[in-house]
Amino acid sequence: MNLHHKMDEADRRNRLDDMAQGVLSTPMDRPEGPLKVSGTATYAHEAQPEGMLHGVFVRAPRLGRVVEKDDAAAREMAGVEAIISGDRLLRNPAQGTANEAPIQGATEVHYVGQPVALVVADTFETARAAAQSISFEIADADRAPTDPRNYDSPEDEQSSMGDLEKAMKEAAISIDQTYTTPSHNSAAMEPHASIAHWDGEKLTLRGSYQMLKYNRNELADALGVDPENVRIVAPYVGGGFGSKLGIAPEAVAAALAAKETGRPVGVAMTRQQVFESTMRRSETKQRIRLAADANGRLSGIGHDAWVSNLPDEDYFEPVTQATPFTYRGENRMIGTHVTRVSRTCAGSVRAPGEAVGVTCFEIAMDELANAAGIDPVELRRRNIAEQDPTGDQPYSSNKLDATLTSGAAAFGWDNSCPAPSSRREGEWLIGQGMASAVRVNTLMGSKARVTLDPDGTATVETDMTDIGTGTYAILTQLTAEMLGLKPSAVEVRLGDTDHPPGAGSGGSWGAASAGSSVFLACQSLRGHIAKALGTDEKDLTLKDGQAIADNRSVPLSEILDAPLESIGEIEPGDTGDDVRQATWGAYFSEVAVNAVTGETRVRRMHGTFAAGRILNPKTARSQCLGGMTFGIGMALTEELMHDPRDGRIVNRDFAEYHLPVNADVPQLTVELLEERDPWANPMQAKGIGELGICGAAAAILNGIYNATGVRVRDLPATLDKVLAGLDD
Amino acid sequence: MTPFNYERASDISEAVGKPQFIAGGTNLLDLMKLGVETPDRITDITRLDMKNIEDHEGGLRIGALVSNSDLAADMRVRQTYPVLSRALLSGASGQLRNMATTGGNLLQRTRCYYFQDKSSPCNKREPGSGCSAIGGVTRLHAILGASEHCIATHPSDMAVAMQALDALVEVEGKDGSRRIALSDFYRLPEDRPDRETVLEYGELITAVVLPPAPTGKQTYRKVRDRASYAFALVSVAGIVSMQDGKIAQVALAFGGVAPRPWRDLEFEAALVGRAPTRETFDAATDILLRDASGQGGNDFKIPLLRRTLRAVLTELCEE
Repeated sequence: MNLHHKMDEADRRNRLDDMAQGVLSTPMDRPEGPLKVSGTATYAHEAQPEGMLHGVFVRAPRLGRVVEKDDAAAREMAGVEAIISGDRLLRNPAQGTANEAPIQGATEVHYVGQPVALVVADTFETARAAAQSISFEIADADRAPTDPRNYDSPEDEQSSMGDLEKAMKEAAISIDQTYTTPSHNSAAMEPHASIAHWDGEKLTLRGSYQMLKYNRNELADALGVDPENVRIVAPYVGGGFGSKLGIAPEAVAAALAAKETGRPVGVAMTRQQVFESTMRRSETKQRIRLAADANGRLSGIGHDAWVSNLPDEDYFEPVTQATPFTYRGENRMIGTHVTRVSRTCAGSVRAPGEAVGVTCFEIAMDELANAAGIDPVELRRRNIAEQDPTGDQPYSSNKLDATLTSGAAAFGWDNSCPAPSSRREGEWLIGQGMASAVRVNTLMGSKARVTLDPDGTATVETDMTDIGTGTYAILTQLTAEMLGLKPSAVEVRLGDTDHPPGAGSGGSWGAASAGSSVFLACQSLRGHIAKALGTDEKDLTLKDGQAIADNRSVPLSEILDAPLESIGEIEPGDTGDDVRQATWGAYFSEVAVNAVTGETRVRRMHGTFAAGRILNPKTARSQCLGGMTFGIGMALTEELMHDPRDGRIVNRDFAEYHLPVNADVPQLTVELLEERDPWANPMQAKGIGELGICGAAAAILNGIYNATGVRVRDLPATLDKVLAGLDD
Repeated sequence: MTPFNYERASDISEAVGKPQFIAGGTNLLDLMKLGVETPDRITDITRLDMKNIEDHEGGLRIGALVSNSDLAADMRVRQTYPVLSRALLSGASGQLRNMATTGGNLLQRTRCYYFQDKSSPCNKREPGSGCSAIGGVTRLHAILGASEHCIATHPSDMAVAMQALDALVEVEGKDGSRRIALSDFYRLPEDRPDRETVLEYGELITAVVLPPAPTGKQTYRKVRDRASYAFALVSVAGIVSMQDGKIAQVALAFGGVAPRPWRDLEFEAALVGRAPTRETFDAATDILLRDASGQGGNDFKIPLLRRTLRAVLTELCEE
């Protein structure tokens, strides 16, 4: 009854279009929404078992090697049960899909704020007071510098085609500029938290994680136990944005403490700890070179990126990920350079790679458009490639032209190349800016079990997560659509490693990958029903609990005498290599810059996106709105500030790490272009979670240039940077 | 948090003499969670009769427990002291303004990153330990009135408007009550940045008294890193009256640039009696900024203040 499918060929059956229930691709509300808004959906630290102890981390106050810990006062505090430290504490979280423990140990301090001990007490307040009372003697030790310098250039991260230097020399118009972006934090609403309890050798961890099948192995590896003995449960996750891809210090510490005390232990990071001891996006420096003819047609592209991470971390921000295939140009040099720093671990944060890479590239494209005197929309249109220019891969689909055209019309884009500083309303200088959006599309292996009951209800089980993205909604819709049920007859159970392993949430692959496994399970169930009716699955119609074929309509209850179960499994295959898969879009913004103060306000912003079949236009739109809001933050306000002397993050709370607030976010509009991408997966849907941020900030920065003539190349465009270029 | 004794005062005389008061708690509780403030004993004053806004000597007497929201919404404040209403509404968030009180707002602590991080030396938190902000990240920090021991800024918007309004702080101590001009209320850091005001041990702020409203136009302009819920990089509270095309009276106070709401009477005098020209503004601003110096990360505040002030004066001098 199980159905495994490897994605080796395009699937042009358009099967979902044959279904009759009519609930997929409708803006259905999230089934778990009422639980969340009424506070009854329990997040990781809310499902507290009786007798639970509270753990609070002690942070390293400086870099070096811990030689002595003074915890006498803490040990004497009434209510303190244990102080955990030692070699198993995590130095930093695991990277996404690591599947093994990251660097462990609490003696070598590699960044300020590294957790070096956990105090466990009967109340949170006692644990915190005790943690604050602990002091350390930390000796100097040889550590990486705190400011990025002395980069390595790993050979496998450099690529070139043709002769870029020559193309730059011969170009009618060329751009050679360097851009910088600061460290960012995911800043999920729910802080990292875990509750661990042991039943003999069996560990159950209630956590806030994005990719449970990997997290289970990472946690087991960190503890030195068999993964079979580890269960992770995360039915509701209050945002992840990459920061909860890999197991983090609090999960391991909670498990160690629960083992030592013999009682359940909960560890919730404080907001300050989330900022300094989970993940940051690396700062980036990007040199971008563009060579073009007089008509703006690219002959050469250079994109070099300099990023950093802790010693012994393999991950680096994949800044240039989309550069090779976004535009034409036969001469290329693309490279990434990495250095080691004593700063909070760098990992995946909100569309790693494209969020900062496409943004800076799209600013460079705006500089080219201005230099050439060509409308920026038209410039991009002229540079759309026939196929991936770096190989002979065709695009599975390339909707850049369509999104540019449709988006420009929806926004009311002025294509007459209005000069910078040409529009003023009182103190405010008004400008328009645009940028392309592009993000790689990925399919990951995923499994799901679907059980159809004779009473006409269905249950979906997978360890896939819903991190606020709408997984519950779309899997409900998909199952209801394929099995001909009302959505209320479908129950989706997520976030439990006892369920079949799903793809996890991350890299925008969750919906398409987990959805495909549910699709396959449902297809298999449909096959069984069809067989019982003596017909073909493709001739079967399921609607409102009835099976309809050959002019017969039979209730499911008459066909099934027992629950029918199927596990669907999708496996990525050749379509990942045979074609270039990506999602596309375009952003348009109108910004106002205050001529006195340099303050920028986004007046309106529009995005048009294409990401294959849209499974739920409401949740898809919400993803894009969120991405564009991130773009506003990246363009104007968001910056983790590192102390120049020891690398510590100084703005460790929401008062000083400036995410956009409501007043910063104007009317945002989103248009989704419907398409079918047969190469992506059997649903023909692609990832949309991160597309809305991949270049969004550039549309605002380009708008600032158009409003003022000031080109900000050092993000974010805080008022001081704009002010420097304004008339006195 | 470190255990502490909590008591609730039932009248003002019971509260006076106590070491640490709590009202809205919007600042103190955060600092206690961070371990920056560790009081042994907290006296809750929220039941005291200090919640009224009264007409008083031609002006207003604002009880110390009046919330920022209520004060901003008071019709007399909105009509007669719009600079104060605007300043209040530009601060914090709606939720915080509902809790924060008038007295507490005057006493809020700096947002300096290093003051809030117990692992960083800070002369304000631990006298004599050093100033980590100097040589560190200084975006929030002072360009006026700082010392080599502390470069923190006072974060209040409300107090800046009150400074321009010549407010008086009414305090109750063991020896009775006294009124302190707000311009005398805050100390400069010098070599004791831990001593922020002239309040004596155990003195309780009972009210803020606003003199009769000055004539002329009022405004409050706050420049910050996002549209809402951010502390001022530069703010200007301004009151200007014009006569015969010349500036007759001015009161200007500045936030985000100094360890206290900043006011400079010599600067104001350089405006009075003159025509509101750019030359007048710039010459006076030169006086205001004569001792201004940046720390690197906040150098931009000097031109920002100059530009913002010019725009405010231009607006207020329009007849």
